[in-house]
Order: sequence, then structure tokens, then C-alpha cells
Amino acid sequence: MNVNNATTISAESAGRVGSPLLNLAVFGGFVAITLYLVYRVSGRNTSTADYYAAGSSFTGRKNGVAITGDYLSAASFLGIAGAIAVHGYDGFLYSIGFLVAWLVALLLIAEGVRNTGRFTMGDVLAYRMRQRPVRAAAATSTLVISFFYMVAQMAGAGGLVALLLNVHGTGGQALVICVVGLVMIFYVLVGGMKGTTWVQIIKAALLVMTVGLMTVFLLGKFGFSVSSLLDEAAAHNANGQKVLEPGAQYGRNPLDFISLSLALVFGAAGLPHVLMRFYTVPNARQARRSVVWAIGCMGAFYLATLVLGYGASALVGSDRILASTGKENSAAPLLAFEIGGTLLLGIVAAVAFATILAVVAGLTLTASASFAHDVYANIFRGGKAEPAAEVRVARLTAVVVGVLAMIGGILMIGQNVAFLVALAFAFAASANLSTLLYSLFWKRFNTRGTLWGMYGGLGSCMLLVFFSPVVSGAPTSIFPGIDFHLYPLTNPGIVSIPVSFLAAFLGTVFSKEKADEAKQKEMAVRALTGIGA
Amino acid sequence: MPQLVHTPITARAPGQVSAAFGGITSEPATPPPAPGEPDFDAIHDSPEFAALRRRFRLFVFPMAALFFLWYLTYVLLAAYARGFMSHRLVGLVTVGLVLGLLQFVSTAAITFGYVRYARRHLDPRVEAIRVAAGVDKK
Repeated sequence: MNVNNATTISAESAGRVGSPLLNLAVFGGFVAITLYLVYRVSGRNTSTADYYAAGSSFTGRKNGVAITGDYLSAASFLGIAGAIAVHGYDGFLYSIGFLVAWLVALLLIAEGVRNTGRFTMGDVLAYRMRQRPVRAAAATSTLVISFFYMVAQMAGAGGLVALLLNVHGTGGQALVICVVGLVMIFYVLVGGMKGTTWVQIIKAALLVMTVGLMTVFLLGKFGFSVSSLLDEAAAHNANGQKVLEPGAQYGRNPLDFISLSLALVFGAAGLPHVLMRFYTVPNARQARRSVVWAIGCMGAFYLATLVLGYGASALVGSDRILASTGKENSAAPLLAFEIGGTLLLGIVAAVAFATILAVVAGLTLTASASFAHDVYANIFRGGKAEPAAEVRVARLTAVVVGVLAMIGGILMIGQNVAFLVALAFAFAASANLSTLLYSLFWKRFNTRGTLWGMYGGLGSCMLLVFFSPVVSGAPTSIFPGIDFHLYPLTNPGIVSIPVSFLAAFLGTVFSKEKADEAKQKEMAVRALTGIGA
Repeated sequence: MPQLVHTPITARAPGQVSAAFGGITSEPATPPPAPGEPDFDAIHDSPEFAALRRRFRLFVFPMAALFFLWYLTYVLLAAYARGFMSHRLVGLVTVGLVLGLLQFVSTAAITFGYVRYARRHLDPRVEAIRVAAGVDKK
């Protein structure tokens, strides 16, 4: 790639792209409006149902938009647009995995989870199993996944300010991460699920509208001719016409891409913060509608990203993108500046920040709910916790989780964090999806199967990542100096997902304990009909 | 108050231990039972429920397998059949781009297909079972 030529030109122009002050003002406006709204919509949030699930009072449509807001992280917005702008087709390939994954949620997960749980994933998994060990496993998995995901978002926020507010020092980035963390903690503490949901709805609407308008504008600029857009994109890309073909990004290791695809398609429906959103609607039919709306919004979003990515390649050019501060991640902001000047850049910057805020708020809420509901109320208090005390524990956990995420984000500044999101998906696919599917659809599944499946999936994921090029043995590793890598791929999914399904199966078969038949029948009836839910 | 389980469902379920034990009491730490707990065992063994479950699985399992295979095919083609995916169809539009867009189309089609199927074949059955079990009013 021809980066060197461009460095000199854009090093000076990159510094002057947009006005940090305006970016800050638009973002400040978003924060002020959402903070006010969160304050207004949230009641006193003293009951667990209010705090965790907004009283299950959202409609499927609103929840679908909120799911979109919860799911589309900065990695999808900036990362995918950037990947398409620089590597072309492979970025598009990547985005498709995020979308089709929702069919798993629609067909197999959403309605059953809505009907058999109340607040957390642990509710579903522990429904017909021994409570303590299964809830402990579910909480472990939820906390691990949420933490990885959150650190990735927080560190991304640091990178984003470097790009948009022109803050380059570690101190300045750390400060911004702290501000993001504090605002998010406020959303969660004051707003509970209701406030958080509204933040996600607003963010999703802003995000989809912004990329939608930019897409229409771009298509108009190229006379609504896809071919001329592709032509220009190829002409201004260092990869040339290769941007229209697979292989520019994943070509060197196709197996790694397959592993990533599996993690995406099986992981989305096992993400705890996504699962928790299904409890904010009153019944399974609304849960189904939620997924339909989410698929609609996200389908439109990813299609728009395709146009934006190629548009950025055509109008900005891959060299300039790679030479700017944020590298790939700056494709969408630079494109916004190119077509709409300082104002549009400010809006896109604010939307990107809003994206991070909404996602981390959802994650914090999920992590705190899992700790308070699964660990405190059900493991420590045997299911007999005072609701007010449980909510208090949840709020306290939210603060702790938020602070930990801030620290993690600050420590990860400047590290390559893209793999963390993919890793969270791999965890979710390996530990959660297998056990959820068995719980909902396999009569004989029992406690030991659940534990083997969850810990087997989590453990194999951790091991594989530790011995992968992510940690050692490659120039991009966390420890580039030493090499103890044994597993050739950066994503563990292709091994850990089958391991998890197999471990859950073997655990069940080798256990002398029989599944609780009455509970199993109850769960089967409840999952399909919602009776008792 | 719901009329509990003395309903066609239990009446029709052959060989049932009577409906008298309406209320399989919950084990510790499960969500608290609603007053007038329905008889899950009887509902589970009723032909209506078996039909609902068959209808549900009849659509959901093959469809999930189908979309997964279709997505896997696409990913494998992109990974190992790059020449084919790079073939130009119209202007610069490649086979890969068209197949990618078809993934969007198939996702939308399966979504609408399921919604339609559920509305026609699942929701009415669920409703009937709920009414029979006394949770919903007719």
C-alpha cells in the first residue's frame, strides 16, 4: 500500500479536518438532551422489573430500534465503513455476518428466551437446572463477555477523540474515556433499563438517518449508477479493482475468516446484552416484532455502509484514509467532511460518540443485572432478596463495572482492540448459544451439560486466544517480542464452538443425574406458549 | 380469576393423572408462580401442544439449517473461490457483490416468511392453548 506518498500531504490536512470545537458542541448537545430525557422518563426504578426490564412496557417496534442501537457499535459504524473503504469487498463480507446472525435470534432464540426468563440469561439457563452452579456459570459468562466488549468500546472512544477532537496525548484520551464512563454510569443509575433504552433508540435513529442521508447523497452524486461508484472507488484505491473482489483483507488466511464468520453468526444471538433486551417487551409476539424491526434497521444500515465505504474510497481515497490519525476508522468521518463540510463531520462525530455511549450503557446494565440478579439475589440470597436491596446491589455493580471498564479502556489505549469485539462474539457463540439452544430444545439436557458447555466453551476460547497470534508471535500481537503461539488463527470460533456443543452433549450423557421432567415440561410449554410468563 | 385447568386440554389428554395437582410448585429461586398455576404437565402432553410444537419445529429447524448452509456456502466461496466471486457480471458488478446482496434478500425473505407462518400457523394455536388453560379470556 502506498502510504508513504500520502503521509506528507495529509499529515497537515488531517490536523485541520473539521473543527474540534464544533464536534464537541454537537456531542455535548446529544449528551445534554439524552441526560435530560433519561432523567424525565425514568420513574423511581425501585422495583427489579422496572430497573432491569423497564416493566416490560416497550413495544416491539421501539425495542427493535433499541436493539439496533445496542448492537451497532462504533466498530460496526466506523470499522466496517473503513474496512470497505480500504479493503473493499472483504469489509462487506464481514458486515453480512453481523446481519444474517439475527436469523438465529429470530427463529430459535428470541421468543423462547422472552417466555422463559425474566431479567437475565441465567433465568433461562437455570430454569430447569440446579440454580446455584448454573447461575454462577451464566453470570461468569455474562461478565466476561460484557467486560471484553466494553473495554473494546472504551478504548475505541479513546481512538475516536484522537481523530475527532484532535486530542493525541494519552492523558487527554484518558480524560475523554472517563467522561464517557461517567455519563454512561449516570444513564444506567438514573435511567435503569428505561432510560438506557431511550438512549439506544435515539442513537439508533440518529445513526440510521445519518448514514441513510449520506448514502442517498452519495448515490445521487454518482448519478445513481452503482457501476460508476464502483469505478471511482477502484480508481482511488491502492488496491485498484481488487476492492471489488474478495481477498484484500482476509485473503492471506481464509480459514481465519471462516472462524470469524462462525463466531459472528452464532454469537449475536448469545450476546447477553442483546438477550436482555427481549425482556423489555410484554410477550413473545412483541419479541418477534423486535427482531423483525432490528433486522430491518440493520439491513438498511449495512447496505448504506457498503455505499459509504465505496464512497469514501472514491471521494477520499484509500491513501488519505490510511494516512490519517484514525487509519481505517477515519473513513466515515473524512467522507462526511468531504461531502458535508465541518457541520456534517460534527454530526458524524457526535453520532459515533453516541454509539459508544449507548452500547456501553447497555453493557453496564447487563453486567450489573447479571451480578445482582444471578449472583446476589439467587446465589447468595437463595432467591429471596428484597427487590429494593437487589436494585441497590445492581446500581453499585453498575458503578464498579463502569469504573473497571474505564480503567481497562485507559490501559488499552493505543492497543489493537478490534479483536476484542470478535472475541466477545466468539465467547457468546461458544458458551451461551450452545447451552441456550440445548436448554430450549433438548429434553435430556441437564445441569452438568450446561456447566460443561459453558465452561468448556469459555475455557477453550481463552486458551486458544492465549496461544494465538493475537497474544504472541506476530508483529501485531500484544507481546510482539516473544512467540509461544500454537494456534494459527486469531479467532477461536471454529474450534471453540464445536467444543462447546460437544462438551454440553457429553456432560449431559455422562451425568447420572436425570433432567427434571416436570420442570422440563413446564419450560417447554412456557417457551412456546408463554403460559406462566 | 382463571378457571384453571378443567378444560378441553386436560379432558382430552388420555391417561392423565387428574388435573387436581394444578400448580406444580416452583423450586426455589425460579420466578414466583402466578396465582392459579396452570397444569403444565397436562398441557405439555396434550395433542394441541404436540401439534403446536411440531408446526413450530417444522418451520424453524429446516429454515435455520437452510440459511446457515447458504451463508456458509457464500463464505466458503469468498474464501476459496475468488476467481468465481470476482467474475464481472454487468460493468464492475461482480458475482460476489450480487451474492452478498442476495444474502440481504434471503434474510429479509426468511424474516417475512417466518412472520407470516407464525401468524397463520403458530399464533392461533398458542392462543387456543392459552384460552383452554385459562390464562387468556376468550
